[in-house]
Amino acid sequence: MTRIDNNAVSVRGLVKHYGDTKALDGVDLDVRQGTVMGVLGPNGAGKTTLVRILSTLLKPDAGEATVAGYDVLRQPRQLRRVIGLTGQYASVDEKLPGWENLYMIGRLLDLPRKDARARADELLERFSLTEAAKRPASTYSGGMRRRLDLAASMIGRPQVLFLDEPTTGLDPRTRNEVWAEVKAMVGDGVTVLLTTQYMEEAEQLASELTVVDRGKVIANGRVEELKAKVGGRTLRVRPVDPLQVRPLADMIDELGITGLAGTTVDGENGTLLVPILSDEQLTAVVGAVTARGITISSISTELPSLDEVFLSLTGHRASAPQDARSADDRQEVAV
Amino acid sequence: MSAATTTPAADARIPLRGHLRHTGALVRRNLLWIRQDPESMFDALLMPVVFTLLFVYVFGGSIGQALGGGQDGYVQYVIPGMIAMMSMTLSQGVGTGFSQDFNSGVMDRFRSLPIGRGSVLFAKISVELVRMLFATAVLMIVAVLVGFHINHWGGLFAAVGLSAVFASSIMWVFLTLGVILKNAQSVQAMGFLVLFPLQFGSSIFAPTKSMPGWLQAFTDYNPLSTLADAARGLMVGGPVAHDLWITLGWSVGITAIAAPYAIHKFRTKS
Repeated sequence: MTRIDNNAVSVRGLVKHYGDTKALDGVDLDVRQGTVMGVLGPNGAGKTTLVRILSTLLKPDAGEATVAGYDVLRQPRQLRRVIGLTGQYASVDEKLPGWENLYMIGRLLDLPRKDARARADELLERFSLTEAAKRPASTYSGGMRRRLDLAASMIGRPQVLFLDEPTTGLDPRTRNEVWAEVKAMVGDGVTVLLTTQYMEEAEQLASELTVVDRGKVIANGRVEELKAKVGGRTLRVRPVDPLQVRPLADMIDELGITGLAGTTVDGENGTLLVPILSDEQLTAVVGAVTARGITISSISTELPSLDEVFLSLTGHRASAPQDARSADDRQEVAV
Repeated sequence: MSAATTTPAADARIPLRGHLRHTGALVRRNLLWIRQDPESMFDALLMPVVFTLLFVYVFGGSIGQALGGGQDGYVQYVIPGMIAMMSMTLSQGVGTGFSQDFNSGVMDRFRSLPIGRGSVLFAKISVELVRMLFATAVLMIVAVLVGFHINHWGGLFAAVGLSAVFASSIMWVFLTLGVILKNAQSVQAMGFLVLFPLQFGSSIFAPTKSMPGWLQAFTDYNPLSTLADAARGLMVGGPVAHDLWITLGWSVGITAIAAPYAIHKFRTKS
């Protein structure tokens, strides 16, 4: 068997239907060996379906896909030997202690007992779980569980690692921990395909990005290229008086000094998110805040939101439920 | 730049040793569950005690009188039947446990590993059989305390073995339910609906002679009757061969249909 190309993952015309819904509608994708590919898209874009097909949990309706040269339909067993999978929901046995989880997977991957024991110890150490080794995973915090999940995916020294929304539902500190672990794995030469809803996560971890929506690839390229294409940033403004957030949003929307999407109120943090396309817009927003005489406690720029990315790439908003919620916020402000 | 291989090579096969290793690792997992959660053994411990006391002391007097041996005679009648009944009731656990696995992420992990299709299911069945042997041991202790005479140890072991064979075939049915039904509660409810008429519409608790003809037609074909009658023959004496063969026939038939179906559903569940 000879491998011709050096793509760790190769996908051509992949289609998967659920009844009338097209979860994947002709997806093409290539991931070069040793790189991190980010698949960015809202809920329901087909990201998880893609990962499940590539890890042989689902069969595609049409199209072809290979991972490390193995065909997902014809060589599933060989394929399973070279991949690691960390799903959206921690795929560890919660009733088993951390060590037992890792030992079990070592044995299922045909490691001799001695090696399986050594590998479990080694990975617990590496993922800072040694102290919790004997406790059932159900007693772990969200971040510990996710780390155990990552450790479980690394037992077989996979060539290709699939991470399906690895930080969804984690607090920012824990998210940073998981990012650090993923970066370390990439340093070991593993190829990673990562799905995410956050531009920030994609920028932190991925070198290349594929943007998907409703089962279709709508953009792909290097992260810098896509960022340049989108062009925007998000300005986060926090007035000292939280009651000023909505009037301020109102005013900025009226003045029309925002990017494509309107302003978003982040009520929880008492901040206002303003998409901006240029330094001139940034200056105009700051000017408006000053003119109104509002005192602010902090102001910072962030990466564009998923919404802004979608608007600039496709002309429509990301079709995700949580974006619908922020769209409601916006309307409330605008009325 | 085209992907993949020059020839559509066949997939790797898993050697028998591999299957045994994988099943062993998963048996260990299921045994650790019991250690983690000893309460999960309560049913195996209490059911034989409660049911034996209930049937012997509540119904035993009057059924025994009708049988012509009194309560003591009924003990000899009902204990072999209890072995059959318990093996059935405990079989259900395999389906509910399996359903719980599917509702956590761990099944995705198993199905993305290069292990044999049946290992996860074989392991569940093996551990459930261990639970069943434990329950049977408890049952026999209670049985002796309420006056059961173990005349033939060989017959007792043969009866337990036959129950285990039949129970493992029924477990494939429960595993299938565990895969296709949404949650453990549905599996339990469905299991009850199937098992309740099978257990009581049989010769487990009382001879079928006094039942109406239409019911006898059912009980005569009910594998739980033949299992109970075979166990009775083996443990206390009487004809065995006919019931033994029918029970084994049911076991083989149910396994031949349910096992491949359960494994297929397990692999293809999305």
